[in-house]
Amino acid sequence: MQEGRVLPPEQINKDLLNSIMSTPKWYWPAVGICSLIVLIAATIVGYMINKGLGITGLNRPVMWGFFITNFVFWIGISHAGVMLSAILRLAKAEWRRPASRAAEVLTIFSLMTAMTMPIIHTGRPWRSLYWFFPYDFARGIFPNIRSPLVWDPSAILTYLTSSVLFVFIALIPDFAILRDNTTGLRKKIYTALSMGWQGNARQWKLQIVAGILLSALILPVFVSVHSIVSWDFGMAVSVKAWHSTVFAPYFVVGAVHSGVSAVIFVLILLRQAYGWQDYIRREHVEALCRLLIVVSTGWFYYFCMEIIFGIYGREADEVAIRTLQFTLYPWNWIMIIFIVTTYFLPILLWSRKVWRRNLLIVSIACISVNIGMWLERYILFVPGQINKQLFTFTWANYTPTIFEGIIVLGTFALVTLLLLLFSKVMPLIPLYDIKEGDILKTEVQIGRRTVPATFRED
Amino acid sequence: MVIKIEHKWGMVVDLDKCTGCNGCVVACQAENNLPINTKDLFMQKRAFEWIRIERYWEGEFPNVKARYLPVMCQHCGNAPCEPVCPVYATYHNDQGLNVQVYNRCVGTRYCINNCTYQVRFFNFWEPTWPERLQNQLNPDVTVRTRGITEKCTFCVQRIRRAEITVERRERTKLNDKTMAARNFMPACVQACPTNALMFGDQNNQEDKIHGYFEELHNHEGHSDSRGYRILEEIGTDPSVIYLKKVDQFKMEHSESHG
Repeated sequence: MQEGRVLPPEQINKDLLNSIMSTPKWYWPAVGICSLIVLIAATIVGYMINKGLGITGLNRPVMWGFFITNFVFWIGISHAGVMLSAILRLAKAEWRRPASRAAEVLTIFSLMTAMTMPIIHTGRPWRSLYWFFPYDFARGIFPNIRSPLVWDPSAILTYLTSSVLFVFIALIPDFAILRDNTTGLRKKIYTALSMGWQGNARQWKLQIVAGILLSALILPVFVSVHSIVSWDFGMAVSVKAWHSTVFAPYFVVGAVHSGVSAVIFVLILLRQAYGWQDYIRREHVEALCRLLIVVSTGWFYYFCMEIIFGIYGREADEVAIRTLQFTLYPWNWIMIIFIVTTYFLPILLWSRKVWRRNLLIVSIACISVNIGMWLERYILFVPGQINKQLFTFTWANYTPTIFEGIIVLGTFALVTLLLLLFSKVMPLIPLYDIKEGDILKTEVQIGRRTVPATFRED
Repeated sequence: MVIKIEHKWGMVVDLDKCTGCNGCVVACQAENNLPINTKDLFMQKRAFEWIRIERYWEGEFPNVKARYLPVMCQHCGNAPCEPVCPVYATYHNDQGLNVQVYNRCVGTRYCINNCTYQVRFFNFWEPTWPERLQNQLNPDVTVRTRGITEKCTFCVQRIRRAEITVERRERTKLNDKTMAARNFMPACVQACPTNALMFGDQNNQEDKIHGYFEELHNHEGHSDSRGYRILEEIGTDPSVIYLKKVDQFKMEHSESHG
């Protein structure tokens, strides 16, 4: 049995729509600051496109730096949405209810943000259409389907499309509530979005079937997206540190790791910001923390495997890269920070139930995981290029410039901004899902026995 | 079905003759409209050298020796850079050349990452030349813009020019006989003062480089000859053969110094 009290539906509507119906004092300043950072980053991107990639710190052996690191990081964050909502929906985990919407929306926005990174990292971004879309544009040349860079957009766009559908299906009943509670132009827009939702039995059935079907269909996409992203690196025969078969599962687990912690962090922020203590309860945070512990331990296994696979052959170039990663400044420091923040700090949540229920400690752990996972991608991608081959003649170091840093910061601001704007127009906690949970919780007395009011078909 | 490939260009580098004079580097710079390698570009580690002389020091002072290794695009038969390009900006043509099409390139730099020999170069900045050098640009070679990848072409413009000339003057295709008569070669080969670089057709029985490739393919692994190909174990099947340096004076083993 779950904690928390059962609230009347009107109360749920009022509480969960308060992010839309009222504007907290901090809202517009937060939007303003995020917009400003995004604007500055966009200006720098424009300057970079105008001047050339020379303003970054990239040099001859290190051709993929901060941007690709950041791309993989955001793709990773985007993996939590489906993990939380599809798998847990299929597994009928009760505690997923308040988390699912925020997770899915985070998926969509981080995917969109991730997609901007490879575009701005190319030398001629205005020609990106030629490799994104499988069409020859009167040039007589279709994209080269042997290239992992062509698999990437197809996987990511499939994932984006299915995630948007997934969120939209789940939003329809909530749109209907919004339609009934708004006036004027907003009412018209919500009416159109709710697609004639009346809440009758047939519509509910269709909505539930669509949700289950999409959850099942989206799971293979979810696994394939990050596998394909990892093949960008795994397929590179010439970069010894990347050319590894363990990358696909390693990246998928890593992505879930960072994604789950990002979702927990967003949920805690929502709880504090909008006063949703009755909906995002400590038991939810605790359940998510348990998931985090499982995922991070799984991730740690793959991390060890990757190192062991690397050094097992004792090839000189592999050993050179591991030496660089583990013993030479600054990589040894990055390595230590990365291992501690990604695994050894959050895993402490395992030991105490009180810690898993303490929002501050959990927030710190979640932020630490994400710092670590960002560094993980960085330390996986860059040292491999620094010592690409045994030809020591071409070894060089990589120092990112301030411009790259600001663009990376800009992506964080962009995701925050999109989430903020989303929270203003759509409910971030699924209302109907919470109500459904409450109904499933209620019990009735029949004679001398207490039984659940509803049975679920399995 | 065996496809008969008419030409398969290749190169032989005799390390015993190479003096590390960098003549090839300069010749390449002039022939192929490379941007001027200013101090800035060097410090940013973004200098352009389609052919570079790698210099390695061996032993300890005073018993020290320099080894030179000219590295240009190896025009691999099984090039790692080709399959990863999403827009076919780099592909293998029917003459065994690894061709870079500048107009198609979007600058993902995946080919550079995947190049085993680090011979691909990215235009980080728009290339500029001083006013008085504008007129020295080679009209046969495209000037590359910023944001695209470029690399050694085996001076494909010279090969094309030879083909056109032969067709126009002798009304035949460029074949074994006419090729010997034209005697064309890339700029680096032409500039090499010690003839350390040799360019030719691997498929041409009479060509001077043919023998080296024949030998390498026939006695793979246990050959007495000096020929080898760099980083061959990755499976790139390069079209450039290096001939080992012959040491007249055996180096004292560095460990003997303690």
